[in-house]
Amino acid sequence: MSILLDLERLSVRYNRLTALSDVSLEARAGEVTTVIGPNGAGKTSLVNAVMGLIPSRGRVTFPLWPKAALSTGARVRARICLVPETRDLFGPMTVLDNLRLGAFVARSERGFDMEARLAEVARLFPRLDERRHQQAQTLSGGERQMLALGRALMLRPRFLMLDEPSLGLAPLVVAEIFRVIEQLKRDGVAILLIEQNARAALRVADHAYVLEGGEVQLQGSAATVMADARVVGAYLGMGRTGGAQGPVAEPPERIEGGLASGSEASRPARDAGVHHARTRPAIGAAS
Amino acid sequence: MTFDIAAVLFQDGVANGAVYVLLATVLVLVFTVTRIVFVPQGDLIAFSALTLAAFEAGHTPGTVWILALGAALALILAGGKAAGERNLAGLASAALWFGAVPAAIVLTALFLVPKEAPLLWKMAVTCALITCLGPILYRLVFEPIAAASPLVLLIAAVAAHFGLSSIGLHVFGAEGVRTPGFAGPPLVVGDLVVTRQTVGVIASSLVLVGLLSLFFRRSLSGKALLAAAHNRRGAELIGVSATAAGRTAFIVAGLIGAISGILIGPMTTLYYDSGFILGLKGFVGAIVGALAIYPLAALGALLVGLVEAFASFWASAYRDVIVFTLITPVLFWRSLASPHVEEEAE
Amino acid sequence: MMRRILAWAPLGALAVAAMAPLLLTPYQLTVATYIMLAAIVCTGLVLMTGVAGMVSFGQAAFVGVGAYVTAALSTTFALSPWIGLVAAIASAAVLAALIGLITVRMSGHYLALATLCFCISFYFLVGNAELLGRFNGITGIPPVTVGAIALRSEAAGFALVLGALALVIWWTRRLLASRTGRVLRSLRTGTVIAESFGVDGQRHRLIAFVAAAVTAALSGWLYAHVQRFVNPTPFGVPASIDYLFMTVIGGSGQVWGALLGAALVTTAKQELQGLLQPVFGATTRLDMLVFAALMIVMLHRARRGLWPLLQGLISLHLPAPPIVAGIDLPSGRARPTPGLPVLAASHMRRSFGGLVAVDDVSFDVRAGEILGVLGPNGAGKSTLFNLISGTLPRSSGELSFLGQPLASVGARDMCRRGLARTFQHVKLVPDMSALENVAMGATQRGHCGLAAASLGLDRAEERRLLGWSQHLLARVGLADKAWEAAGSLPLGHQRLVEIARALAADPVLLLLDEPAAGLRANEKTDLARLLLELRADGLAILLVEHDMEFVSELADRLMVMNFGRLIACGQPGEVRANVEVQEAYLGVAA
Repeated sequence: MSILLDLERLSVRYNRLTALSDVSLEARAGEVTTVIGPNGAGKTSLVNAVMGLIPSRGRVTFPLWPKAALSTGARVRARICLVPETRDLFGPMTVLDNLRLGAFVARSERGFDMEARLAEVARLFPRLDERRHQQAQTLSGGERQMLALGRALMLRPRFLMLDEPSLGLAPLVVAEIFRVIEQLKRDGVAILLIEQNARAALRVADHAYVLEGGEVQLQGSAATVMADARVVGAYLGMGRTGGAQGPVAEPPERIEGGLASGSEASRPARDAGVHHARTRPAIGAAS
Repeated sequence: MTFDIAAVLFQDGVANGAVYVLLATVLVLVFTVTRIVFVPQGDLIAFSALTLAAFEAGHTPGTVWILALGAALALILAGGKAAGERNLAGLASAALWFGAVPAAIVLTALFLVPKEAPLLWKMAVTCALITCLGPILYRLVFEPIAAASPLVLLIAAVAAHFGLSSIGLHVFGAEGVRTPGFAGPPLVVGDLVVTRQTVGVIASSLVLVGLLSLFFRRSLSGKALLAAAHNRRGAELIGVSATAAGRTAFIVAGLIGAISGILIGPMTTLYYDSGFILGLKGFVGAIVGALAIYPLAALGALLVGLVEAFASFWASAYRDVIVFTLITPVLFWRSLASPHVEEEAE
Repeated sequence: MMRRILAWAPLGALAVAAMAPLLLTPYQLTVATYIMLAAIVCTGLVLMTGVAGMVSFGQAAFVGVGAYVTAALSTTFALSPWIGLVAAIASAAVLAALIGLITVRMSGHYLALATLCFCISFYFLVGNAELLGRFNGITGIPPVTVGAIALRSEAAGFALVLGALALVIWWTRRLLASRTGRVLRSLRTGTVIAESFGVDGQRHRLIAFVAAAVTAALSGWLYAHVQRFVNPTPFGVPASIDYLFMTVIGGSGQVWGALLGAALVTTAKQELQGLLQPVFGATTRLDMLVFAALMIVMLHRARRGLWPLLQGLISLHLPAPPIVAGIDLPSGRARPTPGLPVLAASHMRRSFGGLVAVDDVSFDVRAGEILGVLGPNGAGKSTLFNLISGTLPRSSGELSFLGQPLASVGARDMCRRGLARTFQHVKLVPDMSALENVAMGATQRGHCGLAAASLGLDRAEERRLLGWSQHLLARVGLADKAWEAAGSLPLGHQRLVEIARALAADPVLLLLDEPAAGLRANEKTDLARLLLELRADGLAILLVEHDMEFVSELADRLMVMNFGRLIACGQPGEVRANVEVQEAYLGVAA
């Protein structure tokens, strides 16, 4: 498979703080690549730098679309999209206007059909369609995430980056978001998925990177990473999709000594053994 | 007061009001796209009239030096920043906007506008000079703090006004100018005599309000500009650069300012510092429209013109006092209409 | 030791300054007097701009009000300048209150522009008024007399202005350290904090605005009697902008910034004119261009001004003030009997346009219990929270607190009744110490206002309030962090400071909005222990949380919301077993 994104020794610094140091990473066409890691590992800095939103050192190249490396605008015109953790919707505008603006740079392409694109997004997110004339700022958290994702999909992205799409959402909504991610994967959209919800992310991913303290600690096929003892200990032990802590189980903020330790890591998963369920009851009382 | 006097005052008021409409519209435009209360808009208008007058007198207008200086500074800043980030696209854009374009305009103004050139050509060069100042001002004063609060941006705008008027005094001198009328003999409608100039100002302000209103309501490009004000990052992510949006707003502001200056030049004597009071009166109008709604802002500006006309009949010395005190009830009404509620998003 | 030296430094400086007439030439003395006159105005601006976050482009007009009122009274009506002082201050206060009443409720740039328009109006008004001598102004103003001595000479004028400046600075610093001062300092972050702790935020914004106007009028009064004539020129917009520039350049956050800015700008102006005029001619105002450029650079690069930069050089090694001794104030409220409802809501409803965020919700919270509220995002938890805390008005439904029905609730009123809250997104005043942030919560437990603080009558009360705050900081485990700036604490500690602040209000009902979000495991354990202690004290606690495990272990009862409706309420065990809850919240097919 051809490489879409090639990062070579990417570093990001804020004043004196190093957020990322020498990260090298590849994302391939038709695959879902995931980057997992705890809070403050530099995941958001990574996608922001890839999108050109923040200055960075090292090389960001898009081998298929060399021009895209010029600026954030050039990336968007190459149909490389980021759905940021902060959503960044246009609050006072309607859902419909937010979606239309998603296709802003495509509006002058030949054969551009706004209505067809809107219909596509409406099919994926019927709830957005119901609220089409509502101001974006009146939406609930889950709907906002759907709108942010829908806005990106309006561009029919060739490479889509999702930053913590499940953050702060109820399990039901998380399931819906992941359903859409799987659908996009089937449609052949290459995805770079940033997640704290390691289990859900690894389940859809082909390839995974584990980021900690701004450095890649581990990489490999999703299956290998999922099987890695250290990952199991640090992330999967508590990354329950329907977990009692809500969708995003918070890993320890600072993991002393790398992957293997962590205060909650050794705690057995209460609902182990129900892996087959797409989402599982957190409380377990009813099962 | 007889009906005749009232009619004349009304006509005066509408003519002045139309000028304030031009201003109020630009203030709304710039505010909705960048959240800047663009106080120096009045200065651009005054500079435009002063520039045209200098061309008429056969001098090189001081605007040329302001533009050259501003462009050079902007080029250094923008070019330096782009070079530091090794951003080729940024470097090219800086060279174009702050290098090539201003240079071409400055050279044209220096060598290609003889005293006997046709008025239309002089107007065109004037427009080019003033329009080009818009984006330069944006780059020098506002772009580095584009994400700051409206209050900080307002302080910067006021500082920019003082800078402009101080340099204006230097290059234009303290004398006022009145540019020659260009539209031909006045029109006579019944008892009223209306100059074509006035008709021009009213017509262009109407067209402007209509166009901008439609543009921001209906077109996707208009909404993209507004998006930049709502959420800068969000705008970047759909391919709309907030910087480019701000620059666009300032180009339009410069252009409208230049045209306004040419239109009102023959109606009133303008000095290097006339712009401030003009701008503030436009602002009082814009407040009526909450700095957001074009037709309302235009109505407000018209109201300011009328109040001013009638005030100068009754108490001409206190004309400005009355106009600026008018803002108090207007603000009071606005504060009742849009109480400041701090709501937390979930 | 270092602290003590610094504490006496201002007095030392004052003594040195008082010697100035012996050392300076008359011209230098006049410049120094002007600097101090400007510094008085700027001190007011610090209070208004740097502390309370409002900007005025019309401060010179308030100076003008002071100068013209006293000028007219002491010439036309031949009254004593001291009567002029009272009249000057009163008129500035009334005018500022009028302008303020209209604009303080609106966002900042409206107030700024209203003051700008006021300044222009004032300039043309006095410039055209026959009574005030039109643009020629008023001459022959008598000097200030103290007893039988008329303060006529430059040295006497200097001494008078110096005394006034010292007084203004001393007063401002005292005010800022007081109970009212803490409220003012919280206003930069908005009025939410003040309102949530029972204080009228808008009223305090108005206080800051009026105080700034009064200070300006004082400077105007001094100007009129030292200069002995007035005309409109120094009271126009350019002068107002100068004052603002001085304040921003000097550093609007601290009183000393005003002094620094006034000195720098005034002397730089003189020097610049001297440099520029020979080159560009006598009419040049290019000095304004220089200042405009300097101002813009300051806004770009150092928005907090020069003083903090200077301070950064000096005070790095300044030791923190000593920790205040904790005082456990007895509760001022009657504790309701455990088990009795503190807050009861029935059929609460709130809609935004067509969207019903809270739909027919009824529940109660009892003294000595923890009620957990759960629900997915957008279920209406935060809206419900805002309805109870009085931040949002409800569309319909009944609410009663301690048995009393509440017709309409405001955040302020709810706090006075005994409800205190924390915020989902931490809202602390970042540059204020943790201790003072907690003391914000205790604002309602004190009574001393502006006047008491000015006269120094609030010492005993301050000791009690700060001691109480220290006691609560100790209770949440942050005793040693008292003097650290709240903004520099880690998120977990900030949440604890918020809880301490809520407790400082002496509540009977505590509303906690996601207190565990962002906390580490051990911090969560500590938090849970604290909440259990508080419950044992008889407090009613309403806990909105995302972390179901945390809530389930703590709460006596749970209520679950979805789509704005209450879908379950009861013992944690029952609720967790509820099929509808699992379906809605956990996405399990029933």
